[in-house]
This record gives sequence, structure tokens and C-alpha cells, in this order.
Amino acid sequence: MLEVCDDPQALAGVQWLTCYLTSGKHLLFYQSFGTVMLLLLVTAPVSLAFGFAGAGAARSRVAPLRWLGKGYTSIVRGVPDIAFFLFFVIALDQAFEWLRHQVKCPDWDAPIRQGSDFVVCAQAKLPLSSSPQWVHESYGFALAVLTFAIVFGAFAANVLYGAMRSVPRAQMETAEAYGMTHRQAYWRILVPQMWVYALPGLSNLWMILIKATPLLFLLGVEDIVYWARELGGSKTARFSDFPHGDWRMYYFGALLVFYLLLTRVSEVVLDRLMARLSHGQATAAGEAQRKATA
Amino acid sequence: MKKLILTAAALALTAGTAMAESHAMTVRMGTEGAYPPFNFLNDDGEVDGFERELGDAICETAELTCEWVTNEWDSIIPNLVSSNYDTIIAGMSITDERDEVIDFTEAYFPPDPSSFVATSDAFDGTGVIAAQTGTIQASHVASIEGAQLIEFATPDETIAAVKNGEADAVLADKSFLEPIVAEDGDLMFAGEDVMLGGGIGIGVRESDTELKDKLDAAIASLKEDGTVNELIEKWFDGMEGPY
Repeated sequence: MLEVCDDPQALAGVQWLTCYLTSGKHLLFYQSFGTVMLLLLVTAPVSLAFGFAGAGAARSRVAPLRWLGKGYTSIVRGVPDIAFFLFFVIALDQAFEWLRHQVKCPDWDAPIRQGSDFVVCAQAKLPLSSSPQWVHESYGFALAVLTFAIVFGAFAANVLYGAMRSVPRAQMETAEAYGMTHRQAYWRILVPQMWVYALPGLSNLWMILIKATPLLFLLGVEDIVYWARELGGSKTARFSDFPHGDWRMYYFGALLVFYLLLTRVSEVVLDRLMARLSHGQATAAGEAQRKATA
Repeated sequence: MKKLILTAAALALTAGTAMAESHAMTVRMGTEGAYPPFNFLNDDGEVDGFERELGDAICETAELTCEWVTNEWDSIIPNLVSSNYDTIIAGMSITDERDEVIDFTEAYFPPDPSSFVATSDAFDGTGVIAAQTGTIQASHVASIEGAQLIEFATPDETIAAVKNGEADAVLADKSFLEPIVAEDGDLMFAGEDVMLGGGIGIGVRESDTELKDKLDAAIASLKEDGTVNELIEKWFDGMEGPY
């Protein structure tokens, strides 16, 4: 890093702190904030898509599709997040590897499950054990996104399902009177109007999603909580150029501020979005807007 | 168009296979990265320590390409058996319970006494004792009469618990505690040392006998030429190379 940092023991005060905060480990810590933000930005739309599909399926007139949609929301919502995360990531990973194993190594004769070992042929490993570390990390990240999306998608499906039912029945009747097909009425009348009913529930989910990101750590992704714990732990002079005592309080304090800022910014943005969506709607908020301008 | 996609997919598949064969022996080394001097993350965030240097030496001798990964101690065995990495080299003592689930190579570190560390010498071997989850020390504390075990996920947290008074003492490997006690004026060794475990070895999957043989051979030859002793003397103050 900086040249003055070659001999940290000789430094003191601000200079020491500057060197300390720019050590390689701290740069990794700062990067992990990016990981968390990326997870949020990717997971939110994917969960919404899962939720939309789930809600659509739960409303479907085809019985098996309806069972699928309702089963998805009730099962996933009923299982504790942590159990789901611990079980699902291992199961999902093994399922992918098992499938690849069937395709790529048809003449493999050893059993896949040997006692507690799960052994597939080398070509079926996901990612290949020869791939560089970043591939493994991205794969872990992708698994995390998928797991988050499935869990939060189930909640979103429930919210959207409720929102779809909240759109006044008269709107749909009018659409039918105009001769729209079921599908047209769904896409042109129901979907555009349901968001205003869905947003309060969805904004709750977004807040919970923000707070749930430390679960990444359970999935083996090195997120901000991992690094805060690692950096905050006491360091002895033999193994670090920057020995210090137990500083976890400061690091977790910083995380607290980060999460509070993030939720505050979200609140502001969501409030604006809500005002925008309420415009011209037959809801209390929409009515209030109309009266204010009139 | 369909044909094009199929060809592309076939190409991708064969390319993947070819890659796998040319680097068939990449070994992913799983460690905890929180247990100095055995393994820890240095200031640059890389795995460092006795096991890092020894592991690199083993890989060179056995002509393997090695890649280091860190994993929580708690789930270090489940992730090995589900093939997320190929070895555990994390100061793990060889015990019968672990041997039922995974296999160990021969020991590269002799059986090390476990010690109690407390803030005062009034500690008499009973009271609240901290240990890391899933370690031989934790099961030992659980079997002591008059002692109450509190477990922590990382070794560092067990020390912190003693310093802030949450626990009366911590039980851990002496070689881990020594540098900490040497630098911290508040902590001291207390009570009697206990001998637990049968040395430290590399954990591998039970089905992975080929890898185990390679590692065994490499460890034996490194013991013979004195590399293991050299590394032990370098990383553990005042310890004689036993091999």
C-alpha cells in the first residue's frame, strides 16, 4: 500500500490508523460492502419475479398450477430461514452435481454416496476443482442469490396474491364488459393497479432482505459480518503488523451505522414511490392527493 | 440455429472435460484462517501460518496444484464430505469420533497439551470454561465435573470471553494460547495441562484413498528431510522439532 506503511510499528496516531485502515485485509472488507449491495440489487428483482410467478400460479384456473403456487408459498414461508439456508444450499449444490454426473460420466460405476461422502466424477464437479478461486466464489454467490430469491419470492408471492385480490372487483368487471379476454384484463387492468396495494408489503420485505444479508456468511460468502468479526478480533504482534485488542465493538458499530443508513435511504425512496403509485388511485392516499391539488 | 446451439453446447462440454483432465490434480485445501500460529489471515487477507507453509511444501513434494480456501470451523467437516474442498488442514486433532466420518493422514504435528488460561491464578479447574465449538477441548470440558461449558464459533471469541469476565477460563491448544499469554499481561496459564487428541493430521474424505496416500508419502518425506521440524521451530517459539 502506501510507502510510509512499510514499518507500522514505528508509526503512531493518525498515520498508524491510515496505514491500518488501508491494509490488504481492510480493502477486502470494503469490497465486501460491494458484495452485499450487489446481492441486494440482484436478489430484489429476482425474488420479485419468483413472487410474481408464484402469485400468478396461485391464482391460476389450472388446478395443478394453483397447487404448485400455493404449495410454494406455504411451504417456504413455514420453514425457518436458517434451516432453509443451511439445508438448501448443500442440497441444491449436490442436485446440480448429481445431474451433471448423470450426463457427463455415464460409465462411472462407483456409488455417488459412499458413507457420508458425496462423490461425483471430477468433470461433474461444480465448479470444477481446477477452476480459479473467483469462479468458486461467484458460484457460491449465485447459489446465495437463488436461495434468497426462493425464500423472499415466497413472501413476495403472498403479498402480490393479496394485492391482486385487493384491486376492486368492479375494475375487472368493467374490463370484461369491454370484451377483454381474461389474459388481457389480467395484464392491462389488474397488474398495473395492484402495485399500490403491494408496495407496503413489498417494502417490508425489502427491509427484511437488507437485514437478512448477514446470512450470506452462513453460505460461505465472505460478507461484511465475516470481515468485521475477523478484523475486530484481537491480534497479537507476532502474527500481524497491527496488533490490537478486541475491537469487535467498533467494527460492529460501523455495521450498525451502515445498515441504519441503508434502511433510512430505502424508506425515503419507497415513500416517494408510494406517492407516485397512489396518484389517481381509488385508495385513501390517492384520494388525499386528489383533494390536495383540487 | 438449433444446430448452432447444440454444437456450442457440445464444444463447451468437451472443453470443460479437457480442462478437467489437464489439471486433474488440483487440490483445494480447506482451513479455518483464525487459529494462529497454525493458520490465520495475514494483514493482506491471505492464509498464512505454519499450516500454510507446510501445506505448500506438501503440495510441492506431491506435485499437486493447491488452492487455499477458508471455511467456518463449525461446518468444516460437512463441507469436506460434500466435496467443496479436498482436505482439511486446520490444526485438527486426530480423534476416533472424527475418524469415523473422515480419514486422516499421518500426523504432521505431535500431540499437543491443552491448557487453561484465566485472568487470575485462583482458577481451580471448575466454573465457567470457554472452548471452541466442535473441538476436543469442548468435549473435554463437558466431561469435567463442576465445570460449565460455554462454546464459541471462533477461537478468538473464547479468549475475549475470558477477558470480559464471561468465562472463568478458556481451554485450548497450548501452542495457540502461548503467544497470546506472552503478549497479554492480564492472562496467565492456570491449572493443570491435559493431554487430548492424537496429534494433528490432514483430514481427507474416506473415499479419497489416492489423495491420502500421496499426502502421506509427502509428509513422510518432509519429516525425513527435516522440513517439518524446521517449520515447527519457526512458527512455535521454544518448541523442538519432534520428528
